[in-house]
Amino acid sequence: MPDGIQRPLLSVRDAYVTFGSLQALIGVSVDVREGEILAIIGPNGAGKTTLINVISGVYHPSPGQVFFEGKDRTRLHPDRVADLGIARTFQNVALFKGMTTLDNLMVGRHLQMKSGLFASGCYWGWGQKEEIKHREAVEDIIDFLEIEAIRKTPAGMLPYGMQKRVELGRALAAEPKLLLLDEPMAGMNLEEKEDMARFILDANEERGLTICLIEHDMGVVMDISDRLVVLEYGTKIAEGTPEEIRTNPDVIRAYLGAHGKKVKEAL
Amino acid sequence: MSDTVLFAVELTVSGLLVGLMYSLVALGFVLIYKASGIFNFAQGDMTFFAALGMAAFGALIPMWVGIILMVGAMVVLAVAIERIVLKPLVARPPLVLFMATIGIAFFLQGLAQGIWGTQPRGLSLGVTDHTYEIGGMFVSSLDIVGAVVAGVLVVVLVWFFQKTKTGRALRAVSDDHEAALSVGIPLRKAWGITWAIAGIVAIVAGALWGTRVGVQASLALLALKALPVLIVGGIDSIPGAIIGGLIIGAAENLAEGLIGPAVGGGIKNFFPYLLALIVLGVRPYGLFGREIIERV
Amino acid sequence: MFYRETGVFKTTYARDMELFPIPLDKIGFTVGLVLAFLIIPLFASHYLLVGIFIPFLVFSLAALGLNILTGFAGQLSLGHAGFMAVGAYATVIMYNRYDVPLPVALLGAGVITSAVGSIFGLPSLRIKGFYLAVSTLAAQLIIEWVITHVKWISGGVYSTVDIKALEFMGWKIDTAAEKYYVALVIVVIMAVFAKNLVRSRIGRAWMSIRDMDVASEIIGISQFRYKVLAFAVSSFYAGVAGGLVVAVYYGSANIEEFHLMLSFEILGMVIIGGMGSVLGSFLGAGFITLLPIFIDLSISSITHNVVDLSKVFTPDLLANAKNMIFGAFIIFFLAVEPLGLARLWHTIKDYLRLWPFPY
Repeated sequence: MPDGIQRPLLSVRDAYVTFGSLQALIGVSVDVREGEILAIIGPNGAGKTTLINVISGVYHPSPGQVFFEGKDRTRLHPDRVADLGIARTFQNVALFKGMTTLDNLMVGRHLQMKSGLFASGCYWGWGQKEEIKHREAVEDIIDFLEIEAIRKTPAGMLPYGMQKRVELGRALAAEPKLLLLDEPMAGMNLEEKEDMARFILDANEERGLTICLIEHDMGVVMDISDRLVVLEYGTKIAEGTPEEIRTNPDVIRAYLGAHGKKVKEAL
Repeated sequence: MSDTVLFAVELTVSGLLVGLMYSLVALGFVLIYKASGIFNFAQGDMTFFAALGMAAFGALIPMWVGIILMVGAMVVLAVAIERIVLKPLVARPPLVLFMATIGIAFFLQGLAQGIWGTQPRGLSLGVTDHTYEIGGMFVSSLDIVGAVVAGVLVVVLVWFFQKTKTGRALRAVSDDHEAALSVGIPLRKAWGITWAIAGIVAIVAGALWGTRVGVQASLALLALKALPVLIVGGIDSIPGAIIGGLIIGAAENLAEGLIGPAVGGGIKNFFPYLLALIVLGVRPYGLFGREIIERV
Repeated sequence: MFYRETGVFKTTYARDMELFPIPLDKIGFTVGLVLAFLIIPLFASHYLLVGIFIPFLVFSLAALGLNILTGFAGQLSLGHAGFMAVGAYATVIMYNRYDVPLPVALLGAGVITSAVGSIFGLPSLRIKGFYLAVSTLAAQLIIEWVITHVKWISGGVYSTVDIKALEFMGWKIDTAAEKYYVALVIVVIMAVFAKNLVRSRIGRAWMSIRDMDVASEIIGISQFRYKVLAFAVSSFYAGVAGGLVVAVYYGSANIEEFHLMLSFEILGMVIIGGMGSVLGSFLGAGFITLLPIFIDLSISSITHNVVDLSKVFTPDLLANAKNMIFGAFIIFFLAVEPLGLARLWHTIKDYLRLWPFPY
């Protein structure tokens, strides 16, 4: 576990995001340290997805700044943000339903591949070599996530749990430096969650990926995260290790209203 | 100098009157969009169908009987469209529904000409065509009738959507199908009603247009004139359809009259679209349209 | 029993990604090529070639271009015929007035149309969906006006420009079979290019834009760049198709050949044939090309053999039956089989894979 003395990989400073009269984020500052797994938790409507969207470049905070690898990246468009090495999954699975699992993963390779118009159209030759090279990389991920059987299945026909796994694969295919996961385990049963947790941990430990995830399942979050950030109504109310968060009175109070005893026990 | 100004004013006025007619056609589009979120490309062909039908009836039976028959036909058409086209396509993306209405347009045009033939016909509403001179300009009585009718129709429709229970229910439907269903609004009945109303608007527009220029196949292409109107006015705004129609009518007439002679004419064909493109450049959802916010 | 996948194991990725992974598919395609290149031109009548096969090829190419833009990249275009017109006039001007060799003229027509198409694709930076479709309609109308009103291009509003006698490097192209060959070679090459393209990185980028554009952008795909690229490639195909219309189909260029209705017909070909399918473009073009002939034949054969339909179906109705059936089929395919005839084809193939076993 890194000790965070070096500059953070990603830094959100004082971000404000407002939609009309709704203040989604109010002066939120978060640091993500290289190599760690940071969890963002909080009751519904706290602004967690908004924060991820700010990091992705979907929303631009005003005021507020986003730094990646030390450089100011606040105004970047989402496709440029991906180019920096930030990949993500979505709360409502955003797979390309008209394409197979394999194709979805290969789309993830988009930025790594260099085939242009003529290489693609004329295929035989350099285009084919590129395609095979990246197919090999994608097969590596298919292997890692154990999804060989559904390679050629159209993504729209996969069961929900598999879709989420494929989405993770698509994000991994981009060989990112930072992985953002928005509720990767939502709607999964216990076994699926354990698998997913294993993949996330492996991605972090074996591939050295920095991971930032939003998740509601407290048990999982406490188990796999290095640090947590807690949001409520658009503000950050706590930050720290699982132990610290577990005993933080503000956090308990924030959850108590909605979940009561159950949450306290999970914590 | 004064002659050119007078000419320009005349162009503008006659353009405005034509524009009001465009608004009528655009109104049909707005209605269906407001109530079902569908952009109905077939509106122009519905207008053509209505006009051709009335022209054909007009030769055989009194006009008022013909109009009643046509209203009945439009209701049947609305029910048929709802059952055959809309129901199977309920959950599909808007672009697919748009393409389906292109299919309806082709079908209707074929049906209309299949039943009533391809010869251009005249339509008579019992309004004789006088030309009045007002302040040095010439205005036709048909245009005035058209303007008045259009005005009345707009007032009625706005009242319907704002003040009546059915109208408000229809607006709810267009915003969110599922929510409307959960509140107990029968979706299919709502759509049937809307398309029937749009059909009636088509009858009015068809009658006025047919009287003005005669009924021929090019009437179906009115849909093409209505599109820029909707872009300028916004696709879901009733007042926007009126204002958009006026703007397009006046602008295209002015352009044709002032610039046309210098470049060989025909500017009317594409000028509204050029205008629409410019508006879109500034406001991608039209002057009065609402932006669609997508959730990630 | 015969259409088998068993025993077909791919040991390299190259084999897995082949154009026709199943051997029977390869054989079928080869048979098709033999049919197209040898049997048809030798045995088909002049009428068949000129009335069916040549227009089928030319409009397949046009439909393929539109399918790339609408079926793969998800951008609805209502102005495809306008772009074909650009290609048509570009071809005839280069060939007639500047003595550009025929293949270069066709290629140049494609490039010029591609440039024009890219310009009309620029609005996709800011506008989407229905509004973008309207701007393509603007393209159709503006192009029509420019062509008819700029004398240098067309010679005036109602004029027709005949193309000079076709020849290439001394080879006189004047029989229907020879014209058919020209179209066939060009269409096959461009179809293979298209098939490769849509299976590649670019094709996947397009499909991601079509399926979920917000997610596509977040993954790193520049929406603007790929939308304009789709317009460019699609228009290239339209331009070459338009050039072929002039060169080997009508033999002359007239704006009436590329009216708005044609744009809708080609869209119908794409919808009925199958959006997002190269094969579908051909199936749809074939369907629409054969439709009027089929209607005529069936009505006259029923009239002669069964019952005199001319009493029931007035001449007006018959004349307009094509429009009605066209519209009905568009609705049918959208509702029932949105992936069109191509999907139907694959379903049949799937069925044959198991035949004669039930599952």
